[in-house]
Amino acid sequence: MHLIRNPKDFLSGLLFMAFGLAALVLSGEYAIGVAARMGPGYFPRVLGILLLGLGAILALGGFRATTEEQPVWHWKPLFIILLSVGVFILLGERLGLVLASTILVFISSLASDEFSWKEALISGLIQGAVAVVVFVYGLSMPLPVWPVFITGIQ
Amino acid sequence: MMDLYHNLALGFSVAITPINLLYAFIGSVVGTLIGVLPGIGPVATIAMLMPTTYGLPPVTALIMLAGIYYGASYGGSTTAILVNLPGEMSSVVTVLDGYQMARQGRAGAALCIAALGSLFAGCVSTMVIAAFAPPLADVALSFDAAEYFSLMVLGLVSAIALAHGSVLKAVLVTILGLLLGIVGTDVNTGTARFSFEVPELIDGIGFVAMTMGLFAFAEIAGNLEQTEDRNLLSQPISRLWITWAEFKEAFPAVLRGTAVGSLLGILPGGGATLSSFASYTIEKRIAKDPSRFGKGAIEGVAGPESANNAGAQTSFIPMLTLGIPSNAVMALMVGALIIHDIQPGPQVMTSNPDLFWGLIASMWVGNLMLVILNLPLIGIWVKLLRVPYRLLYPMILLVCTIGAYSTNNNMFDVWVAIAFGFLGYVFVKLGCEPAPLLLGYILGPMLEENLRRALVLSRGDFTVFVTRPLSLTMLVIAAALLVVIVAPAIRKKREIVFTEQES
Repeated sequence: MHLIRNPKDFLSGLLFMAFGLAALVLSGEYAIGVAARMGPGYFPRVLGILLLGLGAILALGGFRATTEEQPVWHWKPLFIILLSVGVFILLGERLGLVLASTILVFISSLASDEFSWKEALISGLIQGAVAVVVFVYGLSMPLPVWPVFITGIQ
Repeated sequence: MMDLYHNLALGFSVAITPINLLYAFIGSVVGTLIGVLPGIGPVATIAMLMPTTYGLPPVTALIMLAGIYYGASYGGSTTAILVNLPGEMSSVVTVLDGYQMARQGRAGAALCIAALGSLFAGCVSTMVIAAFAPPLADVALSFDAAEYFSLMVLGLVSAIALAHGSVLKAVLVTILGLLLGIVGTDVNTGTARFSFEVPELIDGIGFVAMTMGLFAFAEIAGNLEQTEDRNLLSQPISRLWITWAEFKEAFPAVLRGTAVGSLLGILPGGGATLSSFASYTIEKRIAKDPSRFGKGAIEGVAGPESANNAGAQTSFIPMLTLGIPSNAVMALMVGALIIHDIQPGPQVMTSNPDLFWGLIASMWVGNLMLVILNLPLIGIWVKLLRVPYRLLYPMILLVCTIGAYSTNNNMFDVWVAIAFGFLGYVFVKLGCEPAPLLLGYILGPMLEENLRRALVLSRGDFTVFVTRPLSLTMLVIAAALLVVIVAPAIRKKREIVFTEQES
């Protein structure tokens, strides 16, 4: 990392270039048309080129020195909370809202330094119950309350 | 003048129906709550609660969402004064003198002037909206596609100019937002763009789910990295009133703050935060004895607190009259309008006058409610601060997840939230502010549509944007703004290089 003295600029530049490139590649199949009659591919291509070009300038700036502090990545809490949401997606429609909510709260609680089994479980069950009252009975959301394989109700 | 009276009367007749009063109340209390709690901002909250408003009439939904916005700045100032902790960005400067006042045993006076100043600013800015929105909408009705395109460019550029940090990054975030905004069916040709044959993507990326991921999920992940540090004020709050002497000191600051806020709120990219910073700077500069600031000067609380409320409210003007959001919260409001099948723009005032004037009147009602209800409730808000974050964030996460699902009763939107949660976290770490992404997302389809229409009318001649005087003016202002913001950035970078060479 000696050459890249400003990884924040360098990495964000690459990120935007990647988006720009993706936009250009994907809009390849849409007709461009002409300025007077733009096709669906015109505007996305312009945006893609802008992202690619300006992203490159930003990335090149990464070789310049900076007084900005370096980014410190803490992936663990992010992944835990995103995982807890992912598990909810996979189980929600089968296990029902009570259990899925409890599981979401329990898993996401693991991301905190002050995690405690009992507290997370109790808080999860309470929130699961409240969620059912508010969302299923209050806002009539079509999610099952209890596990489908027990009640048989979809 | 009669018109104004007539319109406001219509507005109040809408705002004081029981259901609208109830939702203005819910909105402002929820807003205060999240203003008090650090770690969750108004953008994330409005996104989180948006799904609960789908079943409501549009005016009621907007009244509640607006209540969250101005309620948040009230709540944010409470914790800024009492706990030295700005609950919101807009109350960052209130900490400086507000907390010092509290330490000197003048917390009651600080809270009181903050609330009264906000109420005063709220009344004035409501009148400003009522007076200035109709003529502005009239002007906007004469706009052609070329003017609209240039206006949006100007809006985006000013939002970029006022974003924190790197200009280039803000530009790129905005462009990415524009690109994300046009995902889905192209209205002119019916082509499904960037939808990967996923049926859910044909309607575009879910706005609510995207905002939840970008703001709520990423905010939580960022907060979990920091350890909690809350030093609660132990001494009891003095009586909630101010002396005549304090009032005389504070009132001119309230007037100036209101003026500054009303003006800056209208600017694209402006709003509550910018207004409060500007007001504090002005108060400090014109004070006879600037050294009092930071040591408990009441003007340092009165000015910014009036300004942030005025700014929060007048930022509704461009959203309501032009359909162009000036900040992330307004982008959400436009999103809410679209969800309720109301095309934002100057015609809203004539096609939905009850919505337009009802919303404006409700802001005044909501402000009054906040003062009456919040001053006695301050004790409860402070107690709420004792709820540990480890119990709070799973709850926010759960509400967001279920909320994202309920948008279309579909798990796909929740995946979208996860993806944007990841992107939002990366953005924060790389120093890219996510707010312009929302503006870009909302303006993307409108920008493309008006670009197309302008060029169809001019038969592909790009000079149409500079030959029409109004369009040219807006583009010139946008270009000038860009130069102004880029120039100091270049200077600063060069300074850094120079200092490094010297050392």
